[in-house]
Amino acid sequence: MTATATTVKISAFTRFVAMLSPGARVAAVVLLLLLAAALLAPWIAPYGENEIVGEFWESFSARSWLGTDQLGRDLLTRLIYGAQNTFLIAGTATLLSFTMGGFLGFIAAVSGGAVDSLLSRLNDMMMAIPTLIFALVILSVMPSSLIVLILVMGVLDSTRVFRLSRAVAVDIAVFDFVEAARLRGERTFWIISREILPNALSPLFAEFGLRFAFAVLFLSTLSFLGLGIQPPEADWGNMVRDNRDGIIYGIPAALIPAAAIAMLTISINLIVDSVISRTSSLKGGRDA
Amino acid sequence: MGIAVNPLITMVLRRIALSVLLLAAISVLIFAGTELLPGDVAQSILGQTATPEALANLRAELGLDRPAHQRYLGWLTSFLQGDMGTSLTAGQDIASMISGRLGNTLFLAGWAALIAVPLAIFLGLVAVHYRDGFVDKLISYTTLAAISLPEFFIGYVLVYLFAVTWNILPSHAIVYSGMPFAERMAAIALPCATLTLVVLAHMMRMTRAALLNVMSSPYMETATLKGLPPFRIVFHHALPNAISPIITVVVLNLAYLVVGVVVVEIIFVYPGMGQLLVDHVVKRDVPVVQSAGLVFAAIFILLNMIADILSILANPRLRHPQ
Repeated sequence: MTATATTVKISAFTRFVAMLSPGARVAAVVLLLLLAAALLAPWIAPYGENEIVGEFWESFSARSWLGTDQLGRDLLTRLIYGAQNTFLIAGTATLLSFTMGGFLGFIAAVSGGAVDSLLSRLNDMMMAIPTLIFALVILSVMPSSLIVLILVMGVLDSTRVFRLSRAVAVDIAVFDFVEAARLRGERTFWIISREILPNALSPLFAEFGLRFAFAVLFLSTLSFLGLGIQPPEADWGNMVRDNRDGIIYGIPAALIPAAAIAMLTISINLIVDSVISRTSSLKGGRDA
Repeated sequence: MGIAVNPLITMVLRRIALSVLLLAAISVLIFAGTELLPGDVAQSILGQTATPEALANLRAELGLDRPAHQRYLGWLTSFLQGDMGTSLTAGQDIASMISGRLGNTLFLAGWAALIAVPLAIFLGLVAVHYRDGFVDKLISYTTLAAISLPEFFIGYVLVYLFAVTWNILPSHAIVYSGMPFAERMAAIALPCATLTLVVLAHMMRMTRAALLNVMSSPYMETATLKGLPPFRIVFHHALPNAISPIITVVVLNLAYLVVGVVVVEIIFVYPGMGQLLVDHVVKRDVPVVQSAGLVFAAIFILLNMIADILSILANPRLRHPQ
């Protein structure tokens, strides 16, 4: 029994890898390494998160591979702990936005009529404000805590998920098996969980990657503006903020966490791009 | 002719009315968003240790003792008359704080747009012309990378190269009124380049997609079979038909520019709206945040409206109704 389960898993995995372009395979390795660093942070980080190991803004050395930050803490250590925060918060916010946006989008598509119009118009309204501006307005009055940050990011991003999942579900809702379920008298929630959701998962999968990449960028932007994760907690965005004064003296400490963010988001986008182009060319669609 | 134009005017007017409605709804959202404050503004000014009497006095002074809908209507009517109230932290008139900075922000965003738009369309055309070839792949991968980069990465790399290593441009975009034009341009060169790079990639990718979509139409095949030269096909047959989606892409990115400018202003210490907004979010100065947020939202909605109206006007099927 376990043997077959493993075989199935391996073949799904190889199929996924076979789907990726060479560039995307490299990206997948980078992504896995970053994820591993985040998960194993306390064990692989050379020093403690806030341990001072030397002078401020030291250059690369055998003791601190990436040098030290503006307080003399090891940059590599902070980078690893920062990965932990980034994955945790961006991941939770994306999950929240998918649960909320997906659920409401499916409800709108399956119910149709007044419910659909109401939800869609409300969503249009939320999307008419730039996300960053809306987040700034809300963060000006809310206490800066992790929960607030995740809620603000998740709820604002769910508008994008709503639009897509509604569009996907509208396409599925016209199939005969959904109509049959309706005629059997199944309830809306049953139709959503048993008929719509299984069929909507694969188109939403690529979107999950894109939304996660966006959440990473958004979180680092908020932290960079001083409104995200607060020091001394390490975060890639606030590490850029803390070290930016060094740049005009030619100290590249701020560029290292910025490059880490870029590496993560480029990897995700490469994988998603490869998956999307492969699946849409299989369908033979006209969309470029 | 008069009859033929009518449906077009109706559509445009309807779109304008929708924007006004949207803006009104957003002003409610922004106002309600700041009402989420646990306690209220008076509490956050005076802190947890304030006496109840002091709180009551300040509430009356700020008008916080009135019900929320009255305060909203009061805020909105004076906002529309150009009176945005006074800042809590600086005690200055908000309208005068905003007006100068709005000009600076539009100056920066305007120059970035002026460079990015023609460049993006040109690169999009080049990518389509050499599609599936080396140049197209190169452009595709570069723009994919550029989309993934945070604004501050691009910004600080430019500072590191141009201001520190080669020392040819200033790292801080300091501008003041009465500054000579050449000096002002040198000051905004790096922020402008950052903004351009941020929007260029997205605009170019979508221009390419819009053009490729048109390229797969039957009349494009006819043009190819007629033996027309490839550049003529792209310019005379594909471009006019792709113009409507391209306009949409361009204006949507201009709207994004207005938001991207927030981060870029912080990177380069540029005295614009974005810096004003972020500074006062940190200080929790609610009246300034409300006003600046509404101005940003208004610009965003205005640009979206222009995009829709232009694409209505650019669509020949709507211009000549049956």
